[in-house]
Amino acid sequence: MSVEAVVFYFFATALVFAASMVITVRNPVHAALFLIMAFFASSGLWLLLEAEFLAITLVLVYVGAVMVLFLFVVMMLDINLTVLREGFARYLPVAFVVAILMMVSLGLIVGKENFGLQTVGPAEKASASYSNTEALGQVLYTDYVFPFEVAAVILLVAIVAAIALTLRPTRQTKAPIPEKQVAVRRQDRVRIVKMDSE
Amino acid sequence: MLSLAHFLLLGAALFCLSVAGIFINRKNVIVLLMCIELMLLAVNMNFIAFSHFNGDIAGQVFVFFILTVAAAEAAIGLAILVVLFRNRNSINVEDLDSMSG
Repeated sequence: MSVEAVVFYFFATALVFAASMVITVRNPVHAALFLIMAFFASSGLWLLLEAEFLAITLVLVYVGAVMVLFLFVVMMLDINLTVLREGFARYLPVAFVVAILMMVSLGLIVGKENFGLQTVGPAEKASASYSNTEALGQVLYTDYVFPFEVAAVILLVAIVAAIALTLRPTRQTKAPIPEKQVAVRRQDRVRIVKMDSE
Repeated sequence: MLSLAHFLLLGAALFCLSVAGIFINRKNVIVLLMCIELMLLAVNMNFIAFSHFNGDIAGQVFVFFILTVAAAEAAIGLAILVVLFRNRNSINVEDLDSMSG
């Protein structure tokens, strides 16, 4: 077995293990941590596929930003885990059957017959002076410059939407409100009750 | 020798695992979001494998855009989740039936 195959099977095992732990562990914090492991494993596989820029981006953007956001939210919310785990055992057989069926049908399509070495052939190795980042930037800023701008707008919209959704309009400070103090009338505060002495 | 089929089968396995995850964690919105991230990862794996074996960098450009959109989706999804928890005090999918009529 070549070195590449060893690396592939190592990262592939780690990836499948991490993914199955993400969907089965009880605690969402552990699920998020296993998802981070899955991202690291696939980043290694992407390095094997000579996509260096995207491998680094996956770690920086996904592990560094998105998963930290996930962990923040998971830890911030006080979740009742027992209620959320109710249907777990009930749907497990269904999920298993669906996953096996999908895997078999996908395996029949993308297996060795259609995408093996005979049909697609081994990829030629890039030379030592090849820069993946440069090549990606070359097409990103020329052929794909409009989608690139659209992606920037999407990110801006996401920022605005996330802030607008979670912003609380309530007052955080305890300072008095002068206009309300001035507007108070006597009958708002004092009520004179006429009654006989007892 | 590694072939394209190796990577495609790995992507397929990852996708099937995340579909199974959506089935068995159907009450927990956070784990559902994580399963969607796993699905996108499987798709990205396919894109990069095709890009490598066909010698065409366009696949990597697509992965770049998918990562962008997935980051935006995660941010908005989590924001909705936080607002939901603030209002309902629960993230159980079964409690979200106020629009079922």
